[in-house]
Amino acid sequence: MTGSIDIRAAGPRLEYVLRLADSPLVLGQRLGEWCGRGPALEEEMALVNFALDLVGQARMLLVYAAELEDADHSEDDLAFLRDSMDFRNLLLAELPNRDFAFTIARQCLFDLYQCGLYEGLQHSSDERLAQIAAKAAKESRYHLQHSAGWLVRLGDGTAESHQRAQAALDDIWRYTGEMFESDEVEQALVAEGIAPDPAALHEGWQSQVDAILREATLARPEDEWMASGGRQGNHTEHLGYMLAEMQFLQRAYPGASW
Amino acid sequence: MEEKDWPLWEVFIRSRTGLSHRHVGSLHAADAGMALQNARDLYTRRQEGISIWVVPSREIHASDPGERDAYFDPADDKIYRHPTFYDIPDEVEVL
Repeated sequence: MTGSIDIRAAGPRLEYVLRLADSPLVLGQRLGEWCGRGPALEEEMALVNFALDLVGQARMLLVYAAELEDADHSEDDLAFLRDSMDFRNLLLAELPNRDFAFTIARQCLFDLYQCGLYEGLQHSSDERLAQIAAKAAKESRYHLQHSAGWLVRLGDGTAESHQRAQAALDDIWRYTGEMFESDEVEQALVAEGIAPDPAALHEGWQSQVDAILREATLARPEDEWMASGGRQGNHTEHLGYMLAEMQFLQRAYPGASW
Repeated sequence: MEEKDWPLWEVFIRSRTGLSHRHVGSLHAADAGMALQNARDLYTRRQEGISIWVVPSREIHASDPGERDAYFDPADDKIYRHPTFYDIPDEVEVL
């Protein structure tokens, strides 16, 4: 397999599975950047464990995507040989880690979303997705315990940690609308009972976010302009740099394995 | 002055086949909840356990190494405390 894989002609189900796969793949890569830089050895291990969980989830989904694509690509090909415009992840997953508060605020909002999503997918009419979701849901529930616990500690901690947590939340908020967008792909799969309804997910997510933020003494930002485009392959500048690093080896040495 | 380092905790894990929790190491954490999570992430990532205890290290009281003779040597010559002087009937398979 040489050159880049173009998935722009993908049917709705493949498109949807790639959306499911790419956010954990990209966020897993991001979290992995904490390796060697964590605020404490214990926390670094936790973040990198989560990174591995997310890459594992992405792998299960990409294996399925490769089967759906039926073009003789492996899950590795899909991860390492697609260009940024063919990635379907949420924009919030590709944003740089910045400080610990930002990493945690993003993780908490994402984990809450993933928990609801996987919960819904466990009842999917697509048995394969239901199986993957059942396994991934346990991991995401643990991630949420950890990230929500930290958001409360930071918010309800010192003056500086509170200020950083609130600033992180204010920055990340405009990237949360994308999680609950509904387009033709989602609508078609909701109608088939494959995907959970984004509007219903949004409702559950909001009430859980409110409960955590109350405990964290943080203010929920107003819903104003929301960034969008990740699901359509229109990414921020950050994804390209990340992929350049992530895909370097397979691009420079096609087919390298060990 | 503000304490910068998190306190130390001792971690005890019970394995899937284990009958009791065994000491496996220590870690730093701000409170018991964080200590349990950190223990999970540090000490059970290869399926080592199904139950975790964490105890603040400062709550562990140790015997004095200088008192070792007085504490432990008196047991050296009390072999009658070991149940080795009984004839075990052949029918007893497990004792």
